[in-house]
Amino acid sequence: MAEQLTEEQFQTKVLGASEPVMVDFFATWCGPCKMLAPVLEEVASEVAGKASVYKVDIDREIELAQAYNVQSVPTLIVFKDGQPVQQMVGVQPKQVLVNALS
Amino acid sequence: MASETSEQTENETRITDVAIVGAGPAGMTAALYVARAGYRATVLEAYVPGGQLTTIDELENYPGFFGGVNGFDIASSMQKQAERFGVQFMYAQAKSLERYSDRNLFEITTNDEPLWARSVIIASGAKPLKLPQIDSDKLEGKGLSYCATCDGNFYRGKDVMIVGGGDSAITEAIYLSRICRKVYLVHRREDFRAHFWVVERVKHLPNVEIFWNNEVQNVITNDSERIEAVTVRNSKTGEEHTLEVEGLFIAIGAKPESEWAKDAVELDKFGYVKSHDECHTSLKGVFVAGDVRTTPLRQVVTATADGALAAEAAVAYLSE
Repeated sequence: MAEQLTEEQFQTKVLGASEPVMVDFFATWCGPCKMLAPVLEEVASEVAGKASVYKVDIDREIELAQAYNVQSVPTLIVFKDGQPVQQMVGVQPKQVLVNALS
Repeated sequence: MASETSEQTENETRITDVAIVGAGPAGMTAALYVARAGYRATVLEAYVPGGQLTTIDELENYPGFFGGVNGFDIASSMQKQAERFGVQFMYAQAKSLERYSDRNLFEITTNDEPLWARSVIIASGAKPLKLPQIDSDKLEGKGLSYCATCDGNFYRGKDVMIVGGGDSAITEAIYLSRICRKVYLVHRREDFRAHFWVVERVKHLPNVEIFWNNEVQNVITNDSERIEAVTVRNSKTGEEHTLEVEGLFIAIGAKPESEWAKDAVELDKFGYVKSHDECHTSLKGVFVAGDVRTTPLRQVVTATADGALAAEAAVAYLSE
């Protein structure tokens, strides 16, 4: 399950993670974001144990969205050692997401 | 030999009756009809089910929805309906299509596992065209967008521009006019291709200003590379305007997603899969449905109708 994070959880689970982490900045009103959810679940189970996938609702966590300059949804950011290393705008093929976490 | 047999059985189980490439309204309807006819249907989707449908805020011309229907809602309902009848969804991007001449079997290679099928329906749709004169890759996520319903909310109370003159451009301009302070609608011709009803509506919106015969010249960005203004030029008079906008939405049409199938079936000069007798392609056993085919009308309702026709043709082919 790609867990939805609050800002507090983001600090430990994303910025404090030792493994690669992908965060899906999404909005509840965005159709493509909603359709991406089951694809992200597949990515999460495929990378389980080696990397993690989380979600951030940009309307609940406005400061997080602003901090990472999210101007489009979905925006997917890959973090390694607490640093954003890759940012993808819009829906992506599953394999592209899996590869980004390897 | 025993080992050979078990290997063969393993491969055989991965053969589907009909592989449907693309999970938009055409592909999902095709899958539904194939499954209901008693055949195994596997839908291969590169991105997310629904395709372009997921970006429509309010679909007003799909029969049966008197008050309009949200694109995501209908897409997710189509997916559930297909799954109810046993349709399998596989998330991978099709890379090529090949027919094994010695066996009546097709192979679709993907960026993941390949898929084997006894028949194929191409329903890979189309993706938005980019504006050639600007650095789209650099501006995406920095103010440039192809989806007003996804990104409109980021520009609440702000000024935006939308480029295009078809149904998508006009309906997106109407959508943005409810959220944004000012919407500049830029079109390179003197009249819209969009349907009468939406055109009449957009012309009467007080916060929409239409720039006819205008083309985007240049995009101006600030220190953080975000869009802050766009220069447009009137192709008749040569007059230029620099308009301060934070968002630039592009809806200038779509490009067929047919590259992966180009070695197997005939395409027209724009890349659409050539179709005859509605949904037949140049290759026997391969059918086509929806926006990716040569057709005079590309709407959700024609895509679903195509899906049903292609499924029927695939089923007839399989029972030959």
